Amino acid sequence: MSVEPPGVQTFTPQAFHRQAHDALGNPQIRANFRSAMDGLMGKRREAFADWELEALRELGASVRLRALAQLPDLLERLEANCQANGIRVHWAEDGEAACRLIRELCEARGAKAVIKGKSMVTEEMHLNAHLETAGIEALESDLGEYLVQLNDQTPSHIIMPAIHLNTDEIADVMHDKTGIPRTRDVDAMTAAARAQLRERFMAADVGITGVNFAVAETGTLCLVENEGNGRMTTTVPPVHIAVTGIEKVVEQLRDVAPLYALLTRSATGQHATTYLNMISGPRQAGEQDGPEEVHLVLVDNGRSAIYQDDELLDTLRCIRCGACMNHCPVYTRVGGHSYGTTYPGPIGSILMPHLMGLEATKDLPTASSLCGACGEVCPVKIPIPALLTRLRREAVGEGRGNVPGAGSKRTRTEAAAWKAWQWLATHPGAWRGAAGVAGKLGPLTPSKLGPWSDHRVAPKPARHSLHALIKRHRSATDEEGQS
Amino acid sequence: MSARETILGRLRRRLDGPLTPPVSDFSVMSGRGWGREERLRRFEAWITSVHGEVIHTPRADWTRVLARVLADKGIRRLALGRAHPVAAEARAALAEAGVTLVDADRPVEAWWETLFHEVEAGLTSTAGGVAETGSLWLWPTPDEPRLLSLVPPIHIAVLDAEAVEDTLFEVMERHGWAAGMPTNALLISGPSKTADIEQTLAYGVHGPRELVVLLRH
Repeated sequence: MSVEPPGVQTFTPQAFHRQAHDALGNPQIRANFRSAMDGLMGKRREAFADWELEALRELGASVRLRALAQLPDLLERLEANCQANGIRVHWAEDGEAACRLIRELCEARGAKAVIKGKSMVTEEMHLNAHLETAGIEALESDLGEYLVQLNDQTPSHIIMPAIHLNTDEIADVMHDKTGIPRTRDVDAMTAAARAQLRERFMAADVGITGVNFAVAETGTLCLVENEGNGRMTTTVPPVHIAVTGIEKVVEQLRDVAPLYALLTRSATGQHATTYLNMISGPRQAGEQDGPEEVHLVLVDNGRSAIYQDDELLDTLRCIRCGACMNHCPVYTRVGGHSYGTTYPGPIGSILMPHLMGLEATKDLPTASSLCGACGEVCPVKIPIPALLTRLRREAVGEGRGNVPGAGSKRTRTEAAAWKAWQWLATHPGAWRGAAGVAGKLGPLTPSKLGPWSDHRVAPKPARHSLHALIKRHRSATDEEGQS
Repeated sequence: MSARETILGRLRRRLDGPLTPPVSDFSVMSGRGWGREERLRRFEAWITSVHGEVIHTPRADWTRVLARVLADKGIRRLALGRAHPVAAEARAALAEAGVTLVDADRPVEAWWETLFHEVEAGLTSTAGGVAETGSLWLWPTPDEPRLLSLVPPIHIAVLDAEAVEDTLFEVMERHGWAAGMPTNALLISGPSKTADIEQTLAYGVHGPRELVVLLRH
């Protein structure tokens, strides 16, 4: 039996309810997320103030849909243009295959130390743990990811990985794990991390990053970042391995402009990030820096299955800005770890069921009040609420059945109850009879209706139905009219 | 069957049939209609809002302004290229200024330690600016390699006022980026920064702490 070090907690989507409950009772988590998300919502609003936002979102959506509509052709074009630029392209059907492939690329170079730029797809496949088993150390270099890794945790937000930690907690981590004198000074902690990581960039054998947009037309990999760790990771080590989901491709270079404008403003309310780093090849003859080898790993991991269905396809438009979680009344209260998945919040709830199956993630599509905020702020207009309801239907076996684990949430009792309800609601005579009986039995109907009545009073049927009341009212007014 | 064929096969034999690509209307990305002054005002407002520093200088005078910036900031080791006119003019003007000039136009492996530990500032030219976002665009060259704008604590960038354009989209279109991308193209908007510690902004996390733009008129 493994004993986990204190403070380390493993989160799973199966335990969503317990985790959410714990988080709701944790004032620190509540406060950290509340203040961060309030700030981000305000900044996003300001950042779009000067824009025809609807026209821009429409353009963003059309860029992504145009790419998805031609996905297999664009992937081939991306591959051909990358290869022409000297980038080696690899394909992986799932996370395990991608991990193996990346490990082999590292081993071929005799690599022992890997430095990483931020990449959610490598979180998805647990690449760091895989490399570790092969004796290869993978160190995160994005400050938030670095802190989370030092703290033996996983990111709680796709853009701000350490958002669940406050300054005091980070001061503890930096002191305990890196040995610097304990300080709450953010500049001092940042400078310490800079010094620690600079040495690691120089010593790294391989740099691994994600990709924000892969341009088919030119064979260009675009990385969006503020810190410069992405530029370091893609320039200093002799090998750069870029890892991306197959859906991140765009058709033309010009497509990057609207997506970049939408991404930075939606994510953090910035008009631009510090760096937009566009890589179109390894170091050329005569150039003074940059890696000797650049690899692109195209990862499917469930995406081609999502691609099959016209409605579910919209899931793949996502540009990973995190606006849906920043605006979600559930996420902002329970935080990212409660979901127990790589991608938390609304986007996680529509994506993770495809990656992990609905049996494991059946509580995620229902972790939403369907208020619609996520769909309203999505920069590429993904109809997230509609997709949440679709997955709810799939979970109880009422959909098309093409999501893994479809029907796993179906129970006979619930299905029978709804069936009876449906029959009654379409048979007026029977309905009236049943309503009459229910009205008479009022006090005897159950006051416990599962979790629904944990925080609500169970409804009691009225003694007289609305129909009966209207009827009585009508006949009363008719009599008045006649007299 | 290879992973490639499997994935492409699945995408091609799509259950719900082939998709029709929509047409994109890019009009929202251009047509700002800013005059020269408005353009420069916006460029400066945006880049200073993210901690960039803009210093205006007449073109003929720029190396004197550079020397003053170096003196003000106490920079004694400056890395720069050689062939680009910006580098050549700076070298000529700084010959007697008591600043050690470090050659950037050589394989970076030859001067790792100097670059990472000793150089206090990097000087680069820029290809242009973007008013809408307060950004510089750079296509690094063998003369001015990629790390010159990244590793030293201060990045001094020389920008000509007439090279500032309205939007990134227009820059990409007008300069024909898609017809031939360099190994690395960069858009830089301010110095390196992070807000990963409780949303508190800190500069210089991995790249430069300061970005100084010498805007030549």
